[in-house]
Amino acid sequence: MSDYNIEYLDFLESESIHILREVAAEFNNPVMLYSIGKDSSVLLHLAYKAFYPGKIPFPFLHIDTGYKFKEMIEFRDYYTKKIGVELIVHQNTESQAMSFRSEDAGSEEYIYYKKTKPLLEILRKHEFDVAIGGARRDEEKSRAKERFFSYRNQEGIWDPKNQRPELWHTYNTRIKKGEGVRVFPLSNWIEMDIWQYIKREKIEMVPLYFAQQMDLIERNGVYLQVGDHVQPQKGEKVFSRMARFRTLGCAPSTGAIFSSAKDLDSIIKELEKEKISERQNRVIDNNSLSAMEDKKREGYF
Amino acid sequence: MEENKMKNKELVRLTTAGSVDDGKSTLIGRLLYECNAIYSDQLELLEKIRKKNGGEDLDFAFLLDGLSAEQEQGITIDVAYRYFSTDKRKYIIADVPGHEQYTRNMVTGASNAQVALILVDARKGLLRQSKRHLFIASLLGLQHVAIVINKMDLVDYSQAVYDKIKRDFVEFSIKLNISNLTFIPISALKGEMVTKSTGKMPWYKGWILLDYLENIQVVSERNLIDFRLPVQIILRPDQDHRYYAGLVESGVFRKGEEIMILPSRQKSIVKSIILGLNQVKEASAGQSIVFSLQDNIDISRGDIVVRQDNLPRIASRFEASLCWLDKRPLDLSRTYILKHTSKEIRCSLDVLRYRINTDNLHRKKAKTLHLNEIGRVIINTNEEILFDPYIQNKNLGNFILIDEISNNTVAAGVIIKDKKYANEDIASSVKKKGAILWLTGLSGSGKSTIANKVFDNLQTKGIDCEILDGDVIRQNLNNHLGFSKEDRLKNMEIAGFLANMLSKHGVVVIVALISPCKFKREEFKNKFDNFYEIYINASLAVCEQRDVKGLYKKVRQGEIVNFTGIDNVYEQPKTPDLEVKTDKLSVDEAVDKVTKFIKNKLKLFI
Repeated sequence: MSDYNIEYLDFLESESIHILREVAAEFNNPVMLYSIGKDSSVLLHLAYKAFYPGKIPFPFLHIDTGYKFKEMIEFRDYYTKKIGVELIVHQNTESQAMSFRSEDAGSEEYIYYKKTKPLLEILRKHEFDVAIGGARRDEEKSRAKERFFSYRNQEGIWDPKNQRPELWHTYNTRIKKGEGVRVFPLSNWIEMDIWQYIKREKIEMVPLYFAQQMDLIERNGVYLQVGDHVQPQKGEKVFSRMARFRTLGCAPSTGAIFSSAKDLDSIIKELEKEKISERQNRVIDNNSLSAMEDKKREGYF
Repeated sequence: MEENKMKNKELVRLTTAGSVDDGKSTLIGRLLYECNAIYSDQLELLEKIRKKNGGEDLDFAFLLDGLSAEQEQGITIDVAYRYFSTDKRKYIIADVPGHEQYTRNMVTGASNAQVALILVDARKGLLRQSKRHLFIASLLGLQHVAIVINKMDLVDYSQAVYDKIKRDFVEFSIKLNISNLTFIPISALKGEMVTKSTGKMPWYKGWILLDYLENIQVVSERNLIDFRLPVQIILRPDQDHRYYAGLVESGVFRKGEEIMILPSRQKSIVKSIILGLNQVKEASAGQSIVFSLQDNIDISRGDIVVRQDNLPRIASRFEASLCWLDKRPLDLSRTYILKHTSKEIRCSLDVLRYRINTDNLHRKKAKTLHLNEIGRVIINTNEEILFDPYIQNKNLGNFILIDEISNNTVAAGVIIKDKKYANEDIASSVKKKGAILWLTGLSGSGKSTIANKVFDNLQTKGIDCEILDGDVIRQNLNNHLGFSKEDRLKNMEIAGFLANMLSKHGVVVIVALISPCKFKREEFKNKFDNFYEIYINASLAVCEQRDVKGLYKKVRQGEIVNFTGIDNVYEQPKTPDLEVKTDKLSVDEAVDKVTKFIKNKLKLFI
């Protein structure tokens, strides 16, 4: 401390906290998107720190597709209660959205009706003018150009070519009524930083991130855990392996990886050797070469 | 052991710039690839694309150009951020496209960078864009700039080519403020001199690119001297406690020490500092913290905490370099929102001193700035801001301008200094405004004395001004008028007309006239721009005692009638813009008061 050195993680933490405070100070009605995954957990922890010893001054929002892992929902309810934050859970219950089968998870229509549409609906209903999300620039290449403060027009649409330049850490937070901003305080974090920080801060996580014996099937080159939302179909063989999840989403579209990493240290070690990008096991991004960008334009996180 | 390695890694932020087709994406792709920051599935994808397009080498550009529109057009539109690390350091790259029209991206990328890599095609050498990139690096105060001469494989790794390019750059950069300029010849495609050398350029004795990045000094970038903590938000966990949260922009502060809040200048002692969830004894530049004070004083967002013996500049008028970022050009007649630290205030751009031609660094007179143009301006804010010059403290010396209607970020600014403008600037800024200082008051109250001295003060500062003295007007212009009520009104009207005419042409007009009719003065106030009613107030007794012109004596002897204050009513101003009590102040004090008032109104630093 004597030479006032700032470690890399401290820099990232300070940057994210600064952004969260700008949001709370400048916007009327912020909400934080909470997806229960590792990035969301870090974001929640940062929000807790940013306003401590005060309370987090905005609610959390979870868009439930109805196809989330059971462990995720349990963890969500347990953890938000423990920290003491207001949680809004929203699900699109229109017949169109309810008609999807688990095999549809990850398809364009599924994403739109189960995630994008209900998100835009609830943002509008509560008149949230800013939604804070845990997306990182290293996740996917269209995200590499994302701003901390990403501007959306009145329809919630993202125009990648018409974003405000962001200079120094002097952020333009002005919007007109009805417009919105998506804020990504974790923009500069990479996957390794997330795990290092979780370890350093001893942040609680959904158990699915840690290796356990799982019943799996292989479908479209992805290993799915057999459970409430995933049942073996004709010709699919169930087998049991030590596995864990690197990212968490809808059970029918989130692939597990074979792993024996049961704790944070071994996850970090595994990650150092890992040469496959984290979204490889997500069906959603692989539809087309510009899949993510198209979804983001529509309003997906 | 591994943990230590992870923990002590230093962060280096770099920005790249280059022209189209000089292989920037290839270089970044190569860096990421060699530093193991590309995943195998991403490489497979590249392989797939290579096969599809029938190319020979992997096209790293595809990996990097994120938006489908850019892939279709084969150009990079926007700043993208890349991440890689070595055992020693973590790197964040702002990957800035090279198109000439995208200068705003370079400014964006450079604003947070410590190092700039400027790419040059060995076959093309120093281009217009390269000059622009160098200039921006210098403008934004980057400490390290490396000229990376790429595609050396296409010029047979020739030393002569390298030498020529180096000479050209050195010659151009002499005019710029860049302290550490380094030249590195590479071939990004073949991987030569990027992370290793295979001996293709035995004549080159300098750094390999990665070694250069690993070894530059970046620690000293943070300002640990000038303590500045802008308050971002106030936290109230319960009714009895108040905490203030913010990012320490520069300097260090400690628990128990006395600090000062600006602009209110209230002082207090730091009661506690909280970093994350822990109480700490001190906090330094770069840390987002929470603090509390011993006294319950009024603090709001935008206030800045400092130490009494090291204050920032405080001004509502300052000079800045401006890079215009918006399609709609700068409009000098409009107001903009200026965001500086955690404060937003309204401002106008008073003077556009010049535009800089980045090709040759020539300064040119200009009426506006268009997208991607850089100029020097003088800015007036409607309240004072607290800043340091950018060169001293980047975090307190930068600002952005926001269009009030579109809410777009239209300009990025770097504050140069806060005083000592050239005379022509003062003159031209006043020229736009002009003003009428209407000194009203009884005969003998001191109007003419004050007017003459204020006139001298302004004139020596190069400001166009004029005096309209009641006596002089009556002797020369209105010698047909008497002292009846009608004639007095006429006299006032003529003086007012004249004053307004001069003021409109940028003259500061000082009127010294008894002007007893209140409604006429009110009318002027409403009708004329920059009309200031200044009440030169001395009691009748004092005026009569002074009796400089011997008029009161004549009145008392009955030689003059209709004399204001005696047998003609002087209607006192109820709410003058300024009141100067000459029976309480010395002449110098009174003159000083009026001079200060007008300086403030015209926002002059003289």
